[in-house]
Amino acid sequence: MATHRPFTRQQRTTIVHGMLAFVLMLVLLQLWLLTATMNAYLGGDDATIWPAAGASLFCLLLSAGLLRYLYRLDRVRR
Amino acid sequence: MSADSTSRHVPPRAGDRGPIDVRIDTPGREGLTGTTAANIYTPLDEAEQITMAPDGRAMDEQPPWRQDFPIDWAQDHYVERRDFMKFMVLTSLALTVGQFWIAAQNWWRRRQGAPEIRRIASLDALPASGVLTFAYPGPEDDCVLVRAADAALVAYSQKCTHLSCAVRPRLETGTIHCPCHEGYFDLRSGRPIAGPPRRPLTLVHLDVRGGIVYATGVEERTV
Repeated sequence: MATHRPFTRQQRTTIVHGMLAFVLMLVLLQLWLLTATMNAYLGGDDATIWPAAGASLFCLLLSAGLLRYLYRLDRVRR
Repeated sequence: MSADSTSRHVPPRAGDRGPIDVRIDTPGREGLTGTTAANIYTPLDEAEQITMAPDGRAMDEQPPWRQDFPIDWAQDHYVERRDFMKFMVLTSLALTVGQFWIAAQNWWRRRQGAPEIRRIASLDALPASGVLTFAYPGPEDDCVLVRAADAALVAYSQKCTHLSCAVRPRLETGTIHCPCHEGYFDLRSGRPIAGPPRRPLTLVHLDVRGGIVYATGVEERTV
């Protein structure tokens, strides 16, 4: 019978490093989205505003989901 | 592997530390000085955990505040990366709020509708190679009307598209100059030709009727 063993600290550190790399890429993407959208808005082009807002929200949900998973890992351990 | 070796390690409690062994070569405390009990340095739950809370319980059983401010190097690495990730998610939230703020601003701008047509000046008051400043569409929106040497009329917002400094026409070179950061725009088209600005100046549409110049609208441009 398989038993569930919590991750060791070393494993959790590896997991958090992987998540951080992913979240940093998402944040950079969001930063680019914001600057591009602001440039378009100031230039009178509003076609990209809502798609960019949706993409940014998706990135936020992804990041928040990863953070939630990380806190769940800690809770399981405690 | 025996059952004892796989069972969870029970950390020593204050009362069962045993006699203090002052010898420096005691197994497990080589290189350490002082008279601390040797078994206090025995590994706890994890090999990297070398310190023990004052109550003797494992770190997993400690209150959250003690787990969030660890002493052990490896645990501190983990906690600071976890907190950095939390900060990154907050940054992500701020960027998303910024996106929706732009959407709200755009909604507000569209709600304002097209600006009204307004009389600016009569052609007689503006000779060739003449410049006139005016406010359009709002009283705070400074604009500049230029009548070139060939009598062509152009009007732009005076706000530089870099950092909103007031731009000034230079008729002799056919440019519009921003003195703040040495930005240059083409007088005929309002497009940037040198310096930090990347977007053209906001164009003011003009209409000439009966020798009177009217502003009929504005056009913000990206290229």
